[in-house]
Amino acid sequence: MSDSDTRHVEQLASQEYKYGFVSDIDQELFSPGLDENTVRAISAKKGEPEWMLEWRLRAFRHWLTMEEPHWPKADYPPIDYQQIVYFAAPKSASERPKSLDEVDPELLAIYNKLGIPLQEQEVLAGVAVDAVLDSVSVATTFREKLSELGIIFCSMSEAIREHPELVRKYLGSVVPYTDNFFATLNSAVFSDGSFVYVPKGVRCPMELSTYFRINAANTGQFERTLIVADEGAYVSYLEGCTAPMRDENQLHAAVVELVALDEATIKYSTVQNWYPGDEQGRGGIYNFVTKRGKAHRKAKISWTQVETGSAITWKYPSCVLLGDESVGEFYSVALTSKRQQADTGTKMIHVGRNTRSTIISKGISALEGQNTYRGLVKVAPGAENARNFSQCDSMLIGDRCGAHTFPYIDVANPTAIVEHEATTSKIGEDQIFYCQQRGIPVEDAVSMIVSGFCKEVFQELPMEFAVEAQKLLGISLENSVG
Amino acid sequence: MLEIRDLHAAVEGHEILRGIDLSVAAGEVHAIMGPNGSGKSTLAQVLAGRETFEVTRGEILFEGESLLDRSPEERAQLGIFLAFQYPVEIPGVQNLYFLRTAVNALRKARGEEELDPASFMRLVREKAKLVDLDEKLLKRAVNDGFSGGEKKRNEILQMAVLEPKLCILDETDSGLDIDALRTVARGVNALRSPERAMIVVTHYQRLLDYIEPDRVHVLSDGRIVRSGGKDLALELEKSGYGWIEGRAAGAGS
Ligand SMILES: Nc1ncnc2c1ncn2[C@@H]1O[C@H](COP(=O)(O)OP(=O)(O)O)[C@@H](O)[C@H]1O
Ligand SMILES: [Mg+2]
Repeated sequence: MSDSDTRHVEQLASQEYKYGFVSDIDQELFSPGLDENTVRAISAKKGEPEWMLEWRLRAFRHWLTMEEPHWPKADYPPIDYQQIVYFAAPKSASERPKSLDEVDPELLAIYNKLGIPLQEQEVLAGVAVDAVLDSVSVATTFREKLSELGIIFCSMSEAIREHPELVRKYLGSVVPYTDNFFATLNSAVFSDGSFVYVPKGVRCPMELSTYFRINAANTGQFERTLIVADEGAYVSYLEGCTAPMRDENQLHAAVVELVALDEATIKYSTVQNWYPGDEQGRGGIYNFVTKRGKAHRKAKISWTQVETGSAITWKYPSCVLLGDESVGEFYSVALTSKRQQADTGTKMIHVGRNTRSTIISKGISALEGQNTYRGLVKVAPGAENARNFSQCDSMLIGDRCGAHTFPYIDVANPTAIVEHEATTSKIGEDQIFYCQQRGIPVEDAVSMIVSGFCKEVFQELPMEFAVEAQKLLGISLENSVG
Repeated sequence: MLEIRDLHAAVEGHEILRGIDLSVAAGEVHAIMGPNGSGKSTLAQVLAGRETFEVTRGEILFEGESLLDRSPEERAQLGIFLAFQYPVEIPGVQNLYFLRTAVNALRKARGEEELDPASFMRLVREKAKLVDLDEKLLKRAVNDGFSGGEKKRNEILQMAVLEPKLCILDETDSGLDIDALRTVARGVNALRSPERAMIVVTHYQRLLDYIEPDRVHVLSDGRIVRSGGKDLALELEKSGYGWIEGRAAGAGS
């Protein structure tokens, strides 16, 4: 690539983070530090029943016996868990609003700045939104309409109070509190998150959506999301995230559990744009997340993620294909630029017979970004006729970045067919010149080429998220022609 | 329209163009012929602004203004079009979308409104007929999995839609069977006009049976060693390039 191309590309790759503002709202903060009292205080703050506190405490005591893992391909200084604030809530939300009219106008203004006007979303887009600011869910729109269909879409805190039978049955059923260091920490201190239940045979008529926003300084965000699709149900769920620019790193350790009962379908899409830190690698979010779904007979779980933010991303949205003929899918775009590091991929665990999984991963690295695909395809002895197809493509922009691929395959049934394809390419100087020769400026050319590279993933996103993803990558998508 | 003076260009210190003088007026068609490796593609790409090649001496004027400080997209916006010898594949980017992005980028540079989708489609359909390009190819990714002939037709389609002032065709005839050659020539001839100039780079005289040039230049070892009328092409067809190589070697010693 010529020098001027490289310059343009680097400019594009180092675009300013647009969501870095800090909002001055009245916050209720715990002091930093973590012990049993912190866990009790969080639980008390949320008015939780005894069983919930017990579960948190079991998790906390287990966490004390665990060590922070360091196997991902990521470098970062040790995290001091006593310096983190484990609970931050906008004061006005301590009495949780029942409708948008009761939401603090300052909060609504924050979401407007993020390009998520809650009211407009409610009225125009037909997207039901749950917004989580720091530790607390501040607004869930469209609730009435959903409840007519028996669909529950509310904050996790509320679900614990209002639907304890469902929460007790499914919380930890996919990601047990003993699962891993960060998931266990989350189990002890999770603050809020979203809960969805779609009853038997119901097709959720709109996209459900949660926006996560870290606002307070030194605060960890530990949200917990649980989605249960009962037999034959369908739901599509979207998650978006941003955070202010701060010099220190902030920990985000979320857990997402999906339960797709017989013949149910859950589509889970993420556009992750946490603050990535600056060019020197100062600040940014550590995004250490556990996401897993269990698919029962003929159920389908589909993960789609566009990961452009965070200093370090470490996540493997996974599918346990328990039931016969269940289907798992993973579509991922991960872009790392500046000093960002991503170690991401999926696990497809084939347990049932005739189970199928598809993995499409697109990694883009620019400047000094490091991008690792790490994936496991496991076929259990009883998983007759399991099928997997994996494709992992990496694109390098410039020559200071890196791409790495670690596919693990573990097959214990001879009838399985597992296919893996991987490519690594540099963004083509010839492609850029070809576009330029047709009058298309370099930045647009790069966007177009990258967007073409990611096409198989973008087309899995719901329309409004595809638009957002394209904006995030500085890309114009081909949706207006054809 | 185009004025090239003493043009020298090098790649990694290795000089490929070694003093080219050429002037092309509006309405004219110039053929550039020459053996493989003589620098024909290099000349075409240097005109289009490819930065792989460094212009070490000389000047290129387009409508009286120097091109040397202009980026490839600025040159395209001024009306220079290059039909590539090896059209580039862009996976995942729809051909039609690519073309529309190009049309609107050029319109924007001229201070015009974007073309609305319906008018754009009408324009593309009309031009696709001209070069006999299967409309299915419009929905596919740019040149991705196209046959050699399809790629060349796609180049001419782009040229027809973008309506440049100066068309440079780099071996558009190579790899085409006779029917495809005729179709491509028909497309090119439809674009001939008193306001437009063309530089047709070819290794063989064959294409010139269909696209009649006003002038023919023979390039050898980075220099134009002969220029003449269309008869020169016929002469070359008979005698081959052997005499030139002998001459160039002689000139070098
Ligand atoms: N990018 C490049 N790097 C190094 N050498 C090149 C490059 N492009 C062309 N050349 C060399 O320049 C000479 C002219 O090539 P080219 O212009 O493609 O010739 P033609 O089109 O007449 O066949 C050849 O010797 C070729 O090897
Ligand atoms: Mg050539």
